[in-house]
Amino acid sequence: MTVATKNIEEVQNEIIDDFDLLDGDRESTIFYIMELGQELPKLDEQYMIDENLIKGCQSKVWLTTDFQEGRIIYSADSNTDITKGLISLLIRVLNNRTPQEIINADLFFFEKIGMNGVIGSQRSNGFASMIKQMKFYALAYSAKS
Amino acid sequence: MIDVEQLRKEFPILSTEVNGHQLTYFDNGATNQKPKVVIDALEEYYKEYNSNVHRGAHTLADKATGAFEETRTLLQKFINAAKSEEIIFTSGTTEGINLVAQTYGRANLSQGDEILVSTMEHHSNIVPWQLIAAEKGATVRPIPISDKGEIIFEEFEKMLSDKVKVVAVVHASNALGTVNPVEKIIEKAHAFGAKVLIDGAQSAAHLPIDVQKLDCDFFVTSAHKMFGPTGMGFLYGKENILNDMPPYMGGGEMIKEVSFDGTSFNTLPYKFEAGTPNIADTIAFGKAIEFINKWGKEEMAAHEAALLKYATEKLKKEVPTAKIIGEAENKVCVLSFIIENIHNYDVGMMLDARGIAVRTGHHCTQPLMARYGLEGTIRASFSAYNTFEEVDRFIEGLVRIVKMFG
Ligand SMILES: Cc1ncc(COP(=O)(O)O)c(C=O)c1O
Repeated sequence: MTVATKNIEEVQNEIIDDFDLLDGDRESTIFYIMELGQELPKLDEQYMIDENLIKGCQSKVWLTTDFQEGRIIYSADSNTDITKGLISLLIRVLNNRTPQEIINADLFFFEKIGMNGVIGSQRSNGFASMIKQMKFYALAYSAKS
Repeated sequence: MIDVEQLRKEFPILSTEVNGHQLTYFDNGATNQKPKVVIDALEEYYKEYNSNVHRGAHTLADKATGAFEETRTLLQKFINAAKSEEIIFTSGTTEGINLVAQTYGRANLSQGDEILVSTMEHHSNIVPWQLIAAEKGATVRPIPISDKGEIIFEEFEKMLSDKVKVVAVVHASNALGTVNPVEKIIEKAHAFGAKVLIDGAQSAAHLPIDVQKLDCDFFVTSAHKMFGPTGMGFLYGKENILNDMPPYMGGGEMIKEVSFDGTSFNTLPYKFEAGTPNIADTIAFGKAIEFINKWGKEEMAAHEAALLKYATEKLKKEVPTAKIIGEAENKVCVLSFIIENIHNYDVGMMLDARGIAVRTGHHCTQPLMARYGLEGTIRASFSAYNTFEEVDRFIEGLVRIVKMFG
């Protein structure tokens, strides 16, 4: 298993740089997020069950985790590409890290890339729910380990 | 044909930009934009003659009362009601239906009775009936619809019996555009002694309405779908039925005399208009009706029909992965569809990036979406101020989206 070489802050800065290239153009930004969504591997059907749904998302988002060598592996899927793109960004930042790193993570990229304005308040709330759920798993694993 | 460029000039919002693009507003089914005369009427009232109605014996109160009652008269003519007393101001379609369910329904429904609604109803014409039905031991039964989105008339006829006390159907569906054969429905329902409520939210501004000819017992609609303000609408009811109905809310103008021994109620329409009404918006609603009368409902509808035809053909031709939901023979200007492999939310958001406003989701018609096995659709609904160029822009946007992601 490869361990993430960049820390959470570095990966976020990388994302911010990527979005900077889009020059704040709304359409390109949405297309880019959708592309990210389509690149995220599909979740196995067996995990797309109600128990794995994140509460508070307007669209459907399924999230599951695996715990290997003290690190959390997240897998997710959604019925819409934009939402899938958003969670793929979170996975890029938080995957393969220890529960403690995830719990302590300060996630600033979303605001920095101006995503609130692009996707609207309902989806932004959904995004907050995704973060909450990912941190919730980290808490659960940290209690176990 | 109406002069669309001239008409557009009456709507200040249509010259605004959204996300750096000229606004293309195709969410008229949800609410349409307001002409300047309506917006001005609101300001004028508060600036120049703000006053309560029916009480004060002073000049301003007189002026406010006059303007307020003028709207009632305009509405009476607009739907050809026999008397202006049959027009009850409400906060909109939803309140109108709740009023009928809570008063007529409460007084007349009992154990085992049935209320028929169609599968394509807005939640506003389902839930109020479910609430009163649960209280009274009655049931709400859906009339099935065909794949094309039309009521299956023979099925409706089979459902009729002496148990049916109310038939509540939408005149034109907000999610499919279907115009229902309400005249025939009313006639059949009356043969079994049922009362009929017509949800006119999507029809009042687009279709000719003659409540006497229709012979419906109740007709409800909202001002905001008729170029008027939000939170405003009216209920039409036949005078004798309204007279027999118990009041809805208590207090204010609905009272004739109050004592602790008992209270007597005012006559129609005030019996159903408790408290200080929404005066400014009622007056502005009147201006919206005058606006429709000035431009001509038929002329506007003809332009809308041409837009729908143009958009439908263009969508079929240029976006082959689109599937239209609702292909009734007789439709108002609603184009509802899905696109293969792209979620309706995502399409809506991408169109929005180009300043194009459409509605996505279930359109408050979840049972209808379930009928089609869908989570929702993309809905473009047109108004008389929309143009063929706007339709072009919209289709162009869709083609682009499909090219990227379909
Ligand atoms: C067919 C139909 N019925 C009822 C309503 C509810 O109208 P309102 O929210 O103005 O009460 C709507 C509004 O979308 C509608 O389209």
